[in-house]
Amino acid sequence: MSTFLGMPSLPVYGTGNLFASESFPTAAHRELGNAQLRANLGHATHTIRDKRLKMVAELPDWEQLRDAGSAIKESVMARLPELLEQFEENFTARGGVIHWARDADEANAIVAGLVRDTGETEVVKVKSMATQEIGLNEYLEEQGITAFETDLAELIVQLDHDKPSHILVPAIHKNRTEIRDIFLREMPGADPQLTDDPAVLAMAARAHLRRKFLSAKVAVSGANFALADSGTLAVVESEGNGRMCLTLPETLITVMGVEKLLPTWQDLEVFMQLLPRSSTGERMNPYTSLWTGVTEGDGPQNMHLVLLDNGRSAALADEMGRSALHCIRCSACMNVCPVYERTGGHAYGSTYPGPIGAILSPLMTGIQAEENNSLPYASSLCGACYDACPVKINIPDILVHLRSVDVDSKRGKKKLPSQMDAGMKAASWALSSGKRLGLIEKGLPLGRLVAGPDQKITKLPGIAAGWTQSRDIPAPPQESFRSWWAKEHRKPDTSSAPEPSHEKKDQP
Amino acid sequence: MRIALFATCIVDAMYPATARAAVKILERLGHEVVFPSGQACCGQMHVNSGYLQEAVPVVANHVAAFDTDDYDVAVAPSGSCVASVKHQHPTVARSCGDKALEARATAVGAKTYELSELLVDVLGVTDAAAQLGSFFPHRVTYHPSCHGMRLLRLGDRQAQLLRSVKGIDLADLPEADQCCGFGGTFSMKNADVSSAMLEDKTANIAATGATLCTGGDASCLMHIGGGLSRQGSAVTTLHLAEILASTAEEPASVTGEVRVSTGKAAR
Repeated sequence: MSTFLGMPSLPVYGTGNLFASESFPTAAHRELGNAQLRANLGHATHTIRDKRLKMVAELPDWEQLRDAGSAIKESVMARLPELLEQFEENFTARGGVIHWARDADEANAIVAGLVRDTGETEVVKVKSMATQEIGLNEYLEEQGITAFETDLAELIVQLDHDKPSHILVPAIHKNRTEIRDIFLREMPGADPQLTDDPAVLAMAARAHLRRKFLSAKVAVSGANFALADSGTLAVVESEGNGRMCLTLPETLITVMGVEKLLPTWQDLEVFMQLLPRSSTGERMNPYTSLWTGVTEGDGPQNMHLVLLDNGRSAALADEMGRSALHCIRCSACMNVCPVYERTGGHAYGSTYPGPIGAILSPLMTGIQAEENNSLPYASSLCGACYDACPVKINIPDILVHLRSVDVDSKRGKKKLPSQMDAGMKAASWALSSGKRLGLIEKGLPLGRLVAGPDQKITKLPGIAAGWTQSRDIPAPPQESFRSWWAKEHRKPDTSSAPEPSHEKKDQP
Repeated sequence: MRIALFATCIVDAMYPATARAAVKILERLGHEVVFPSGQACCGQMHVNSGYLQEAVPVVANHVAAFDTDDYDVAVAPSGSCVASVKHQHPTVARSCGDKALEARATAVGAKTYELSELLVDVLGVTDAAAQLGSFFPHRVTYHPSCHGMRLLRLGDRQAQLLRSVKGIDLADLPEADQCCGFGGTFSMKNADVSSAMLEDKTANIAATGATLCTGGDASCLMHIGGGLSRQGSAVTTLHLAEILASTAEEPASVTGEVRVSTGKAAR
């Protein structure tokens, strides 16, 4: 006898730290008021930007590499179930254990259970976006398990009880004096004579972390890549803290989004050229750790991998938006984004800030979750992110797509149309006929009256007040081009009428 | 060549002098200019604000106005509107399932050019002073608008044309490739961030010592000019078509009727 279980209801949206709890303009307004933050961010993003450009310019085949990266990711998304099963088979065959997590809650419970099974109450952590996304540290703390971040910047943020504001340089919003103060306040045994010299600060962190590495029995990591053909996982990092976590403890628990798969080892070649150059502006990152199952007597003897969906299948179901899953978390898009540069990462609410966050978060949670529908509007559509993306995610197009998803999701649900709705409807009518636009343009002299003797409009009501908060509008001209042209090219009344001339003396 | 002018709604209604300048340039080169009277707007404000349904009639109107054999190429004095015609129109048509409109939109897009693109690539203008008589004795800085730069890949076409104007003193704009913060309805929906971006743009313009800032997109120039005006700056904005059309005999008005300025701009 068989029981029909049916298909799980789709899409399954993500939970955890993927939400803007206040609208982007509100959060941005607050962050913009922080002059220190803006100065730090401006300096840091410009430095990374320049480094990236220099490294990218070295490679004559950069554009082909981007194409290859994009094509590989597209093929992965097209056959994700098959590749996941292949990976599972290989990972399991080499002594690893796979756990499948539908959302943040499931993933957190799995990790906590695995730690509890070891009898330990402390874990060391490799910097990982997936565990930020699911809020693992906070969950473990509730369960009586302390997680120690070992990446320097993550450590700074954790010690300060703050949230990361950048996916690669989580403490980008803090300067070295602030970091010295955090260490003095929060780091047990910190030297009271500590200076704000970066090398001195790094040494202080090193001494603090070394004790943790040597005593930790359990490590939690993320993964940059997973190779389906061998069941191998990869972590790419700069500081070597990751290597310590991945090799010293007895138990290694990795949490990874399902989209991180690559079909073969050979594909890694493309991504190892794209990722370091795009993220830190380096030819090669200092540490790349790859591990394939358990090796007796060497490294962790218990290996677990939590494969996380948490809204990725929902993103995959969106034909126009699914390429957001190609993201390799390099952060190049936020480093070049003029909006991110001024607001910082906290304004986006979610673990994923900047241009990629503005599309990824609403794709993973659904557009109407909390204030996530404000995120796709957090862009002037300048296109700098698309140019910088190593896997060519067309972020501006997806932003525009998600705006239409937002607008459409509200159609017919509002009692009264918003000002924007009404304005767009009226503009659609006016701008879909040359005749109608021409008639409306007959009213231009009225605008001149409104502008007054200054010949500028300095205050507008409603949503247009956003414009006049920092910008004037010129008084409109006496007549439109259309009207001028019609006069100039009026059909001649008699055959002897002269040819129309464009060299009229009264035209500038 | 018979060239159809797509004035764009903002130039038609707010900056007619820019369209007249484009006509002058093309006629000076010996071409015939036509103005398809059904034209109105490219519709990118609707598309970029998420109002795809409302964009459909606007796009359909543009395609209807320009889908004729009455001209050889179409030109617009805007990188942004041309990018919309080329890239967004077929997508909008596809989104409403109109295959015929999609095909016609693609055909219209294929023969639509941004002004500097047409001048350099098709009409072979390499020296504005020699070929157009362009003369503009002012210190000018140039803002390359995002959509021309990144969607149309105009490269240095606009800057090269400006450099070849007689008498011009072209000052490099620091961080020229940074967006001015306009972004259509972004300037209203995210007015604070937009204003912060504009602040940096106008500071960079001021640092050049130029008396005016030029560019290829009237909308960005209206945004930058509006900011300069509010800050009480004497610097104004002027579309590059008007600089190219300016001659010794017939100089462009740099404090013309629709410039926002304090009236102290360069003479």
